[in-house]
Amino acid sequence: MFVRLVYESFRRQKRRKLLAGAAITLGVTVATAMIAVATDIGDKINRELRTIGANLLVTPQEDTLDVEIGGVNLKPPSDGAFLDEADLPKIKGTFWHNNITAFAPMLPVNTKLQAGSREQDVTLLGTYFAKQLSFGKEDFTTGVRTTHPWWKVRGAWPDDSSHDVLLGERLAASLVAKPGDPITLGGRQLRVSGILSAGGSEDDQVVAPISLAQELLGRPGAVRRVYVSALTKPEDALARRDPKSMSGAVYDRWYCSPYPQSIAYQLQETIPHSHAEQIRQVAQNEGAVLTRIEGLIFLITLAALLASALAVSAAMATTIFERRGEVGLMKALGAGKMAVASVFFAEAVLLAVFGGLIGFAAGSLLAREIGRSIFSSEIAIPPVLFPVILAIAVIVTFAGSAAAIRRAVQLDPVFALRGEL
Amino acid sequence: MFLRMLVRAAVLRRGRAASALFAMVVAAAVATAVMNLYVDVQAKLQREFRNYGANIVIVAKNGATLPADTGSRVDAFLAGRGLVAPFALIVARTADGQPVVAVGTDFDRVRQLDRWWSVNHWPSGPQQALIGVRAVAAVSPKNQPFALTFQGHTISLSPAGTVQTGAAEDSRVYLSLRDFVAWSGVQPSTIEVAANGSPEEITAIMTQLTQALPAADVRPVRQIMEGEARVLGKTRATLLAAAALIILTAALCVLSTLMGWVFDRRRDFAIMKALGASERLLNGFFAAEAAALGAIGALFGFLVGVGIAAWIGRVNFHAPVVPRFGVLPIVLAGSMAVTLISAILPISLLRRVQPAVILRGE
Repeated sequence: MFVRLVYESFRRQKRRKLLAGAAITLGVTVATAMIAVATDIGDKINRELRTIGANLLVTPQEDTLDVEIGGVNLKPPSDGAFLDEADLPKIKGTFWHNNITAFAPMLPVNTKLQAGSREQDVTLLGTYFAKQLSFGKEDFTTGVRTTHPWWKVRGAWPDDSSHDVLLGERLAASLVAKPGDPITLGGRQLRVSGILSAGGSEDDQVVAPISLAQELLGRPGAVRRVYVSALTKPEDALARRDPKSMSGAVYDRWYCSPYPQSIAYQLQETIPHSHAEQIRQVAQNEGAVLTRIEGLIFLITLAALLASALAVSAAMATTIFERRGEVGLMKALGAGKMAVASVFFAEAVLLAVFGGLIGFAAGSLLAREIGRSIFSSEIAIPPVLFPVILAIAVIVTFAGSAAAIRRAVQLDPVFALRGEL
Repeated sequence: MFLRMLVRAAVLRRGRAASALFAMVVAAAVATAVMNLYVDVQAKLQREFRNYGANIVIVAKNGATLPADTGSRVDAFLAGRGLVAPFALIVARTADGQPVVAVGTDFDRVRQLDRWWSVNHWPSGPQQALIGVRAVAAVSPKNQPFALTFQGHTISLSPAGTVQTGAAEDSRVYLSLRDFVAWSGVQPSTIEVAANGSPEEITAIMTQLTQALPAADVRPVRQIMEGEARVLGKTRATLLAAAALIILTAALCVLSTLMGWVFDRRRDFAIMKALGASERLLNGFFAAEAAALGAIGALFGFLVGVGIAAWIGRVNFHAPVVPRFGVLPIVLAGSMAVTLISAILPISLLRRVQPAVILRGE
């Protein structure tokens, strides 16, 4: 009898059920999409913030002071310590290797550039452009094209295994050089593959594959510093503590959180004789910007949830209110308050489950579209979201119907049947 | 008569009218808050990005120093639209002959411009120096007073504190510009500028600075400007998508509540029609009712929404979001449009029905 009541109500009142179902579906769609976007926005913005450049710097532990003004290194070239290039792929073996988007080694060398009859002192910066490396079974590509995305090249990027170079744009302007020209650098004939516009001191330098810089310096495998670009978590009180003073459990929590400090600590463990540190200009502000944007989207998501909850309960209240006549009839035939209420609640739950299912699917699609069109990458929907969304849909529908059902049940059947009130 | 009908209709069915009004207020409030935030978030986030420091660097051409009045000219030109800090750099030698980069600057300005500098104690008096953490060992390992020499001139300094940034600053020694110029005679060669405003405004400031300072090279700090533009653009796009979804849901909420309300009053409609009211009067009556509800709801909603936006601003950005009154007409028009649609739709359905059928309760 009960099942038949519910079934007939769905069969006979298709329009009303469709309206209420549509409201629930839309509400769940919006809620799913917003929650998915809010949970993923941190990661997405973090990746966007990586365009500002590397946030960690690895230098040799026993290094002498840098004597550098405006990108010109005044330190004798053989002075100071070096890192070993062979240790670099190990960066991908650290605990947080998935958070490390890329790294680029740097080796500046002072050399002489012959242009016609003139000879000129220049700094040659050896680095990776987009170098293929492998660690264990994993192959990856890394270099300045990822860590320094604001570098623009007119012409072509050099190949990492070639002896082609990039000329900084101010240097190129003073030499009147263009892509494809030959240049003589430290007694070697090289080809200019492109003109680099970096907006910094590199505009006065020659940028080359690191093997060339090592050859010029006469130190194979030498690296002066490594820029590491990592996805990090905003710093909090725990992040700033000294790992040496921590107890076991706290240390584990610190070590297993992607703070700039803990990733730097792991890099230092991985690369022998190194000192890793956050570049505070990038790392500190990143945390602030990230917290603000995450907070904003979180609050907006709350507003979206509120609006969709309200839309669902408004739709439910309307459909129930329209059916006072039925309630009167049921009561006049001797149904108790509980019996009437349970029919309505069963209908509400059914609607919520159907609306929730369709809404979740539509919301996932919507979130994916938002991710694709705004961030040009997919927004992952955590599977745990599904039961949560369904539970929210049922609870909201239930709560939205409760007040209307209570009022409908309390109606005097006589008035309800006469169509008054 | 018309007015009285409007007022009595609302007063007699307080419950239904109140729930419709409530839906309207919430919808208008959420829409107002989201629109306000959307307009304001750019300014708020731009302020966050200014913590990244300079977005424009002015350097002397060909490694020379800038004319002595450059700093004051840039100050006068910007007039509060940004922060400015001068830097003069030389390579000095410590007492045991080690080279170290010494920098003269204005500590008060650097403190505002480069907020990420981790400094334990800023210098306050003359002849005090701020030492980079890596330079400490070479310059003043026991925190003792030390001397620096440049081209035969020696200055004795006392360490005030250390600076840590994780970049080139860590290997340098900073002193006040006044001490620096008196000692070395070298004027600033770099001026860092953190200009406020949209990308267009900053580009305009750069062009004007280039024209005003022929002796200098005005360069953008590309990584900061590009990163800022990208993050701002994506955040605003996300917010726009969210705003569209929220406003759509809110409109739907109003639509379903109001349609229910109007549908519910088909008996009033039928009685009026039976008593001889013309179609136009009936349409006018329901439309006026809907418009009044929309307007009142939008006004209350606007106030609540401005409050929500201000609260979000305070909680998230630690600065209130300024109410934009330009949003009010949009919210007002939107609310009235939604309420009118939700009134007209059921009426046009009912119009075809004979009053007798409705009054009989079928």
